[in-house]
Amino acid sequence: MIEQLSGFIAELRSAGIPISLTEHLDAARAITEIPMDRRAWFKAALSATLVKDGEHQGAFDAAFEVYFAAPNAGDDEAEEAQGEDGKTASSDEANQSQIDAEGKGSGKGSGRGNGGGGGSTMSAEELAEMLYRAVAKDERDSDATIAREGVSRYAGMEPGRAVGGTYYLYRTLRNLDLEGVIARLREEHQVAQSPSPLAAKLFSDELAFRGERIRKAIEREIRERLVKDRGAEALAKSVRKPLPEDIDVMHAGREELATLQRALYPLSRKLAARLQRKRRRGHKGPLDLRRTVRSSLSSGGVPIDPVFKHPRPAKPEMIVIADISGSVASFARFTLLLVYALSSQFSKVRSFVFIDNVDEVTEMFERASDPSEAIHRINTEADVVHLDGHSDYGRSLREFVAEWGDEITTRSTVLILGDARNNYHDTHLDSLAFIASKARKVFWLNPEPRQYWGSGDSVIKQYEPYCDAVVECRSIRQLEAFVGELA
Amino acid sequence: MTKQEMNGLGLPERPARFESVDEVLGNLASAGYLADATIASSVFLADRLAKPVLVEGPAGTGKTQLAKSVAEVTGARLIRLQCYEGLDESKAIYEWNYRKQLLRIQAGGNLAEAGSPGWSALEEDIFAEDFLLTRPLLEAIRSTEPVVLLIDEVDRVELETEALLLEVLSEYQISIPELGTLKAKQIPMVFLTSNNTRELSEALKRRCLYLHVGYPDLERERAIVSARVPGIGDALAGQVAQIVRSLRKLDLRKAPSVSETIDWARTLLVLGVNSIDEATVKETLHILLKYQTDIDRAAKELLTADL
Repeated sequence: MIEQLSGFIAELRSAGIPISLTEHLDAARAITEIPMDRRAWFKAALSATLVKDGEHQGAFDAAFEVYFAAPNAGDDEAEEAQGEDGKTASSDEANQSQIDAEGKGSGKGSGRGNGGGGGSTMSAEELAEMLYRAVAKDERDSDATIAREGVSRYAGMEPGRAVGGTYYLYRTLRNLDLEGVIARLREEHQVAQSPSPLAAKLFSDELAFRGERIRKAIEREIRERLVKDRGAEALAKSVRKPLPEDIDVMHAGREELATLQRALYPLSRKLAARLQRKRRRGHKGPLDLRRTVRSSLSSGGVPIDPVFKHPRPAKPEMIVIADISGSVASFARFTLLLVYALSSQFSKVRSFVFIDNVDEVTEMFERASDPSEAIHRINTEADVVHLDGHSDYGRSLREFVAEWGDEITTRSTVLILGDARNNYHDTHLDSLAFIASKARKVFWLNPEPRQYWGSGDSVIKQYEPYCDAVVECRSIRQLEAFVGELA
Repeated sequence: MTKQEMNGLGLPERPARFESVDEVLGNLASAGYLADATIASSVFLADRLAKPVLVEGPAGTGKTQLAKSVAEVTGARLIRLQCYEGLDESKAIYEWNYRKQLLRIQAGGNLAEAGSPGWSALEEDIFAEDFLLTRPLLEAIRSTEPVVLLIDEVDRVELETEALLLEVLSEYQISIPELGTLKAKQIPMVFLTSNNTRELSEALKRRCLYLHVGYPDLERERAIVSARVPGIGDALAGQVAQIVRSLRKLDLRKAPSVSETIDWARTLLVLGVNSIDEATVKETLHILLKYQTDIDRAAKELLTADL
């Protein structure tokens, strides 16, 4: 057990979760206090001692499922229900053991023999029928059976292949046609009962929820078989989830982008609180003679309490110029969202977007009720394409200077977002030089890895001398660090 | 390993507060707090490992209530330290009662100048426990009866102030320069809550068990509504939980919390609603959602047909 725990912790560390020696020891002590066979408790014990940040829970869950795969699927839920109100425990257990017995039968036939290909005990029709009932009537007990049968029949798992299981999941779901079942039920409900909009929406959410449950059961089944096949350590590596703050923004998938979006809001709140504090506290300034003399009057002219001036650092004015062409769009989006979330920390924020033409979008942020809507409007309404929709940094900078150059003051901090891949256009270095000469600071955030800078059509090296700093900014963590320094 | 070695702090022996996780669940449920397996396991471990629990999660999910309920079921006194910006030692741990010290000196009469035996005796005297004003942390440590210490919204204090808590949280002791180290007479159960407005220090997190309290799932929410709003029918409670779940799935600025759900259920009960329909939702949505944009969006998503 202790060894298994060490392996698990090593995996968590490679996923980026910081775990100290004390925490390791705590976990070891905790699991001696908790009965191993209650999986939900066991998981809670490990999570309470090892994971100290809500954002890391996803990475923990992924690793836990691999290292401590449940002996039989569906255990979690049964236990959860047991936990809620101890009383239903006995009946639940009876159900569970019945399923177990069933499970063993089919397990021998399919699971072990050939890594899960073919040879299931139910016909396709029976399985489809069971799935329909499970979704329609909310029969949770059959989740595990459906998962087992579905995976045996449809996933076509081959032993030894180094995949994370997403492919198998996709195949199983496609053949089971879970989406189709849900859509059918929704329609039937609509026709049979002609419900009010509210009832329809609730029913549809409920169906989606049940579908999600079955999808999870299938996922778990696949993972178990993979663990059996390749061992926990190898599998953990292929299902490892990066922490939200480490996700590479440029290459994030749809799901990862959603994770980032969720992480962004608490991050901006934290950052704003920290900046506010920094501003308010600060250090003491020089002696305030007038107020010292004034306060000395109450002690007979003896200046007992010297009063110091509070320095009030001016809030910078932000000018953000972002490339929103396809290659860096998601990066620009996140940075703009973050800057606006922090807009109270700046005296003024103005934003411009460009591809090969530049356009001001400040008022879209100010008028939109929430930032995501603003982003949507920017993508559809801003006039950023001049010729062909390929980034042209030189032209955009020149246009910017021509139109708004006079509005840059010594209080402005200019933030340029983009990968400086100029598609071999003219760089117009003089425009950037002009901006740099007028602005307080010019920063360039580049979402490309540093080693690619200057390769191919990247002109970042030519722009670099005119910027106060060019910062590699590929993840939320780097973005946070930079903005924290800025304000 | 004996219990003594386990806690390793040289602190007094104590009987375990709970026999098993099931007992935690049962006891909390009888106090009207419906925990799930994660919450119950963390409370159980906090007792067994003698470690504080750091509870994080969105507002209104029952973080503070957890500490209150644990105090109730263990028959312990609840000592609460509400954190705020600018909290310092004299508000959190202890303060010398200098007025009393001054009185003592004056009552001692006109003593000889410093250095005489009379003066040093007096000095020892006025820095005794009698002249100490205990604040929540010291009080929790010195109490002989069982206590539950709740350090509420710990994320509100500055990073530097967190350090004040560390000695109490890991060693259950407080060092006072004039007196030496005061050890705990019994190990209190400690809960820290945080709304996650800033990153807490590694040092603090390392000393605590971490518990994330999120929104409950459908069954638990229904059970909570039934338990906290007596007189509400099962059907209505189920509907309430279902609508709230659908609301939380929308992309809102502030998702409805458990306490708002309970408020909503109460309102429905007072209004004499038996079954929720579109009109009811429309009229009472502002109890669940606090931003106009959220209300508009929820109304659009829930109340209009999109098929």
